[in-house]
Amino acid sequence: MLNYKFDWAIVTSGKYYEWLVSGLYVTLKLSAVSIALSFLLGLIIAMMRMSQVRPVRWFAHGYLEFFRNTPLLVQIFFWYFGSYKVLPQSVNDWLVRQDFEFAAAVIALTIYTSAFIAEDIRSGVRSIPKEQMEAARSSGFSYVGSMRYIILPQAVRLTIPPLINQFLNLMKNSSLAMTIGVMELTYQARQVESYTFKGFEAFTAATLVYLVLSFLITGLMTLYNKKVLQPIKGH
Amino acid sequence: MESGLDFKVIWENLSYFFIGRYPKGPLGGVGLTLYLAAVSLLLSFLGGLVLGLLSVSRHKYVRWCSEGIIQSIRGMPLLMVIFWMYFLMPALAGRPLPEAWTVIAALTLFTSSYMSQIVRAGIEGIPRGQMEAAISTGLSHGQAMFHIILPQALRNMIPSFVNQFVSMIKDTSLAFIVGVSELTHVATQMNNRTMLYPTEIFLFIAVIYFIMCFAFTELSRWLERRLAWRKSI
Repeated sequence: MLNYKFDWAIVTSGKYYEWLVSGLYVTLKLSAVSIALSFLLGLIIAMMRMSQVRPVRWFAHGYLEFFRNTPLLVQIFFWYFGSYKVLPQSVNDWLVRQDFEFAAAVIALTIYTSAFIAEDIRSGVRSIPKEQMEAARSSGFSYVGSMRYIILPQAVRLTIPPLINQFLNLMKNSSLAMTIGVMELTYQARQVESYTFKGFEAFTAATLVYLVLSFLITGLMTLYNKKVLQPIKGH
Repeated sequence: MESGLDFKVIWENLSYFFIGRYPKGPLGGVGLTLYLAAVSLLLSFLGGLVLGLLSVSRHKYVRWCSEGIIQSIRGMPLLMVIFWMYFLMPALAGRPLPEAWTVIAALTLFTSSYMSQIVRAGIEGIPRGQMEAAISTGLSHGQAMFHIILPQALRNMIPSFVNQFVSMIKDTSLAFIVGVSELTHVATQMNNRTMLYPTEIFLFIAVIYFIMCFAFTELSRWLERRLAWRKSI
């Protein structure tokens, strides 16, 4: 260890630098696609969880508990190795024509994260006092109208910080996609290590990139809390 | 492929999924998963306590340093922490180390930084008057922290700790990447060997993980209700 020669040039220029940059690009793409989809799915599941129809509510509850209490890695393996037996043939054919590793990673990340997002949305809605709904209804709003104009605008504001937190988790979790051969940042860092034996430099570079991304997202959240939430709460 | 699911491969290898080759060989499967999770949780409890106490220290440099460490680890994917440990620990020790150790170290480091936030929130949740009252009865700051504040704070943190154990069980699945033969690794091995039953194998271990994690999630909810009830009296 002591007579190890550092060679930072390999990760700041040349072929290996390009590998890492392409890894970053895949990480960002994977995260962005999964964030958008998991938000939509999370919203749907949250609505189902609050539905008046009992079987719908039960289904959403089961979905939440199952996907929250199973490791993401196992879910990734399930979609990548095992989904062909449970999906319809047409879906399988379509998936194989896509970039299958990437698609499996998106499916797993989306489903896993949507379960957490749904709970955050639900607790956002529940944190709005019941009286608000009653007041809205008694002043003539319909149920949908009071949801849309009174409850949801407030709930969304409160839900944004935990949502940003979930997006941060998703970005970090996207590193697991390397296990099925998606060439994202962690995959490339490992690749550089095995080609050059310069693991220290490769991992440092990848770690710094993750830290910058994390701090950017955390900074966004702090800014939001300061500029938007605090003025509303009035302290 | 229209033959449906065939779980025979699971029943034939059931003990391999649960305990690996134990007692003739090393412990593996569910047994090793729980072992890794329990040891790492115990160590992270200590680590989280230390980091949490440092992050509410009265000295601002201590506070800044611990905050820097906590935020850096929280900003990294766990997989990256595992690679770092896998790569650095043998280099620092100057000899090969068992992979399980590197995973325990990584899980401990990672979870400690999350636990420290729970510890800090727990300490900050105790009314300030308690500390002032303790100091005015003649205790030092440290004594007040250990005898008055922490015991109360820790009790409130119990549900969060149990929740963290659930995350820990899920996180141990990453040990697969460095070849530790816990449940996920056993499953991938079995999948590579048989080739024909990936759906059955991964569905089965998903259910096993679910049973373990859900049991502890429910325990944490029960504890939360019980502690809330006790507090109200």
